[in-house]
Amino acid sequence: MRIELIKRKEPSRMMMWLTPVIAVIATMITGAIIFTAIGYNGAEAVARIFFAPLLDTYKWQDLGVKAAPLILIGAGLAIGFRANVWNIGAEGQYVMGGLAGTGIALLTWEMEGGWILPLMVFAGVVGGAAWAAFPAFLKTRLNVNEILSSLMLTYVAVQLLYYLMRGPWKDPQGFNFPQTRLFSDSQILPTVVPGTVVHLGVPIAFLVALTLWWVMNRSVFGFQIRVVGAAPHAARYGGFDAKRTTWAALLIGGGLAGLAGILEAAGPFGQMVPAFPTGYGFTAIIVAFLGRLHPAGIILAGLVLAVSYVGGEMAQSSLGLPNAATGVFQAMMLFFLLATDVLARYRVRITGRAGAGDAP
Amino acid sequence: MTSAMLIPVIMTIVGAATPILLAALGELVVEKSGVLNLGVEGMMLIGAVTGFAVTTVTGQPVIGILAAMLAAAGAAFIFGFLTLTLTANQVATGLALTIFGIGLSALAGGDYVGRTVDVFGSVFPTGLAEHPFWRVIFGYSPIVYFSIIMVFAVRWFLRSTRAGLILRAVGESDTSAHSIGYPVIGVRYMAVLFGGAMAGIAGCFYSLVLTPMWAEQLTAGRGWIALALVVFASWRPGRLLLGAYLFGLVMTLELHLKAAGVSLVAPEFLAAMPYLVTIGVLALISARKAGSSAAPACLGKPFKPGN
Repeated sequence: MRIELIKRKEPSRMMMWLTPVIAVIATMITGAIIFTAIGYNGAEAVARIFFAPLLDTYKWQDLGVKAAPLILIGAGLAIGFRANVWNIGAEGQYVMGGLAGTGIALLTWEMEGGWILPLMVFAGVVGGAAWAAFPAFLKTRLNVNEILSSLMLTYVAVQLLYYLMRGPWKDPQGFNFPQTRLFSDSQILPTVVPGTVVHLGVPIAFLVALTLWWVMNRSVFGFQIRVVGAAPHAARYGGFDAKRTTWAALLIGGGLAGLAGILEAAGPFGQMVPAFPTGYGFTAIIVAFLGRLHPAGIILAGLVLAVSYVGGEMAQSSLGLPNAATGVFQAMMLFFLLATDVLARYRVRITGRAGAGDAP
Repeated sequence: MTSAMLIPVIMTIVGAATPILLAALGELVVEKSGVLNLGVEGMMLIGAVTGFAVTTVTGQPVIGILAAMLAAAGAAFIFGFLTLTLTANQVATGLALTIFGIGLSALAGGDYVGRTVDVFGSVFPTGLAEHPFWRVIFGYSPIVYFSIIMVFAVRWFLRSTRAGLILRAVGESDTSAHSIGYPVIGVRYMAVLFGGAMAGIAGCFYSLVLTPMWAEQLTAGRGWIALALVVFASWRPGRLLLGAYLFGLVMTLELHLKAAGVSLVAPEFLAAMPYLVTIGVLALISARKAGSSAAPACLGKPFKPGN
């Protein structure tokens, strides 16, 4: 027997949307087997991680809050990935967005007014975009691989965060803890659903993703991004500038990561702390792929990954499952997605090749 | 500066350079075959935790190192299967491998945090290995000598052997290599597995020799520096040796300035130095080579025979 892959002329649309579902199911099955093998109740672990947060209505608010940064960053990265621009330093851009917004918060300390929060959010977007401008400049001017430069800058951003927390930005009344003052009422995102933790950043994230959906489908810019990624030569003949696309992809990706950063800082955190980088920038890469680089898919994928975060925490407290288990599940999802992707691009044919000559 | 002060500095440079040299050598062979594996950091972590755990259990560092190489090669096999057999996107798969390695190593290493392990001694007699002066040459872990030997072995393999020639041909033009009858996918699988094994031994150099202990994300992004080093070296093993020791110098500077309590610069700035230097060096190298790149022509491109 022989398995043969025959290239499809066009990726199968049905498979494009079916494979993420297959990937999630395959992750659940494999996860259950692996965690049983290493001595946990595997089936229970999978149930806790993937279903418990959905069944518990009290947890839904957490899902929204967790999904918001993932959707924002994932939607921004997807634009780059479509254009073959591999920004993997979103974590650093997220940190810089948070820091830029925090800078405004510290400057406007003891001030009041409705203008403060929008200014912080604006600073966050600029901070993230500015951090992504370095890889964009290095790529377009000096031909430096953006994968490496954007990632290296993540480590630099984290060290800058540590420096600011330990020194200049430390709360003077904070008992020497390395963290900033608590943001004031004018600097904190209001909650949109009374009695929950759902802050203004959550609807913003969904709105941004929906806007990008429109941009990617209906605008010349969206078309340009898709053409540059799919057929760089054709794009050049069509007069689309690859360098401008690189700049646009990195600035949008960085800006949205920065937006996610300040929304987290002014939302769930309410101040800046050294533990601010929580890996959303990396998980968002999984979100982008699981969502098929499509804004609508990314909203769904962001929710799936949010379920795994919230469920992972629930499994940690109830089953004693280590925190790292969540990361393993998330990475497996991406593995399975990439593996099943072959079904979208190829037709699988199983042929019985065992002819007479093969018989012993 | 007296030799008594200089010798510890040199020895720290060697210690910092060795793991990135090993990982970069593996990646160099992988990239020469036309495959870009961004999962070096993940494979190093899997190697680091496996080497540490197996050494703790068996008490045999040699078995630990072999297990580390095997485990990291196993992780590389996942990458190979996805990218070579299923023609998945190499960048995305490599990133997935790194995220997977970070999670898996943290999960597997949970029970080993805080434990220590006996470092295995030098291959040379104690008189030389602990001699106040000669330890600068004889006082290292066997892995250090292995890394130097491997530089020349890889160089010889790529330049002077038939297999090395085939590997380079596969990386430069997969379709031509295929039409002559070379097994493109098979060659790439071997290269990817070799890259995994080298990342594995690089990882356990951290957990068994440098620290020696296990902690989450022990390799702290050094796998990415190894990737940058391959670009820096223009895919040449000899330059890789030079580059690794230059990076070792930068990282050692950080350690020694911190130890000396230099208060002019913040320690966070020193910690960010290796990454900033990497970006700077990449900018210099890439700008100089603009136009005629030294990268293998088929780097990162999937190959499917018959299409």
